[in-house]
Amino acid sequence: MFTFTMRRLLLAIPTLLFIALVIFLLLELSPGDPMADMPLTIPPEVRQQMRLALGLGEAWYVRFYSWLYLFSVVEPSHVMANMTGLEWLRVEGPRIISFQTRSPVADIVAQRLPQTLWVVGLSYIFGILLAVPIGIYSAYRQYSWFDQAGTFVSMVGFSLPTFFTGPLLMLIFSIWLGWFPIIYDTTLVVDSFYDFGLQLRQMAMPVFVLTLYNAAQITRFMRASMLDNMTQDYVRTARAKGMTEKVVVLVHVLRNSLIPVVTVIALGIPTVFTGAIITEQVFRVNGLGALLITAIYASDIPMVLTLSVVFAILIVLFNLIADILYAVLDPRIRYD
Amino acid sequence: MTDAVVFRAPRNQWWDVWDQFKTHRGALIGMLVFFGIILFCFVGPWIWPYSATHIDIRARNQGFSWAHPMGTDQLGRDMFARMMKGGQVSLAVGVVGMLLSIFLGALIGVVAGYFRRVDGILMRMTDLFLALPLLPLLLVMSMLFRQPLSNAFGVEMGMFLMIVTAIAITSWMRTARVVRGDVLALKEREYVLAARSIGTPPGRLILRHILPNVLSPVMVSATLTIATAIITESALSFLGMGFPPDFPTWGRLVADGVDYLQDYPSRSMMPGVFISMVVLSVNYIGDGLRDALDPRIRGR
Repeated sequence: MFTFTMRRLLLAIPTLLFIALVIFLLLELSPGDPMADMPLTIPPEVRQQMRLALGLGEAWYVRFYSWLYLFSVVEPSHVMANMTGLEWLRVEGPRIISFQTRSPVADIVAQRLPQTLWVVGLSYIFGILLAVPIGIYSAYRQYSWFDQAGTFVSMVGFSLPTFFTGPLLMLIFSIWLGWFPIIYDTTLVVDSFYDFGLQLRQMAMPVFVLTLYNAAQITRFMRASMLDNMTQDYVRTARAKGMTEKVVVLVHVLRNSLIPVVTVIALGIPTVFTGAIITEQVFRVNGLGALLITAIYASDIPMVLTLSVVFAILIVLFNLIADILYAVLDPRIRYD
Repeated sequence: MTDAVVFRAPRNQWWDVWDQFKTHRGALIGMLVFFGIILFCFVGPWIWPYSATHIDIRARNQGFSWAHPMGTDQLGRDMFARMMKGGQVSLAVGVVGMLLSIFLGALIGVVAGYFRRVDGILMRMTDLFLALPLLPLLLVMSMLFRQPLSNAFGVEMGMFLMIVTAIAITSWMRTARVVRGDVLALKEREYVLAARSIGTPPGRLILRHILPNVLSPVMVSATLTIATAIITESALSFLGMGFPPDFPTWGRLVADGVDYLQDYPSRSMMPGVFISMVVLSVNYIGDGLRDALDPRIRGR
């Protein structure tokens, strides 16, 4: 197990390096010019100097190397220092600077992260909490009206794109009923119960949209996995021993059925950070997804590169965690 | 003491599949809806008098009427015609993207499963693609190739090629994994050994003996890929990264309609409903196919 983990971790490094290189080269080819929205009155030689100041003068491999150094050494040191308050951790020197705002990328990400985490993270947790019981009961009473309704709703939730359910909810709850605000106000400071209510109301719709989507997916897995296990011999044995239905279903079957579901949940966690780009756009939540979109529009290369690689790291990491969880939970699986 | 043996004329296995498929009510309804929408989008424009790009500024922002069953937009373009045109693009992107993606996935899956030497490297590549953050990558790609492709093939064709290729490149991995797994298992069967022992070359062995047997997972994966392709295209158009603004696709129509959500809600709801119906019906067809093609379920 340990050697497997170490091998996978070591293998993840070249994978991530390659992904970073691919994204870097893609951006390198990109026709977008970060100087495009500067005034045309700037003389060419000044423009050239500005390009140099942005670090665009070097050959691509030099820039890739320096980005890599900043990304893997300097930026983590600042993040660690900010988190722990230990100033000696900071590595002095230049940092990855966003072309748009001229401030370090890590700082902007740290500003935007809470919005994304609150909205998307909450919806993921709600999704799991809803999906697991629905999946269990659907499978236990297969083909009952509850199961029929549950599978239909999960099929709908799985099929409806968020850029449709978002406007639909806005139409019903903001325009017709007037319950929730259309636009998410990121500047809202929660320091009283009134503000807390406002915060809850503005979070309701985006969280609901994403919860529907996440719950639909997890329910399908949960139900299928329960159905697979329900017909196993050990279930019959448990019943024959005189176990109550509650123990059979909630202890014997559930524990075995959760194994694949837990890995699916782990695999889905990176989408907590990335997958909400469209929902954030619909509700104007000023999170990481919105940050990425504006950075792409403005050809803010350092920002796009850093964000994409952070997303890739999350995906690789949670793939590994899912594999390890699978082995830990299921003693039949051994990787060595 | 004679068992009542029901004699059945020998027949093609696809009839069995169809019999099983028919019992899945959702899949049947899905198929009807899907073909209905295809008819609407591809036959409709031949009958409908308005064109999708005809601007009649005096007839702008109209509600539902017999002349304009879905109203008109802020420039007086007929929404009914725009829905048909948008549907053509979305469906074409979905189907062509699916074909490309399935081709890539099946090719890589079969090669990786059959030829042991390239298995490791191809599967590493699949893992690598699975680790790519897809939506950001798609956005960057569409940013990148928009101009050169528009110049080379014209704006519409260029964007079509770009989106279809981007969808294929980012969605073949699931098919490849499923196909590889099946090929690995099939390769050890006796009939493959028999075929090889009479000197069948690998190319013909794959085409004649292996591919027909991996057809069912590929078909299921194909329907699911249509659904993802349509959603991806609409999402790109919704974010303004797809086809040019005057060119209607369902995703673009939703995005345009959101600006008028307060006054004319139907304008963004209608294309949204159509996208959802197509995706829902395709997913149901996929569900039905999966049941119908599974010999353990069939005949029960």
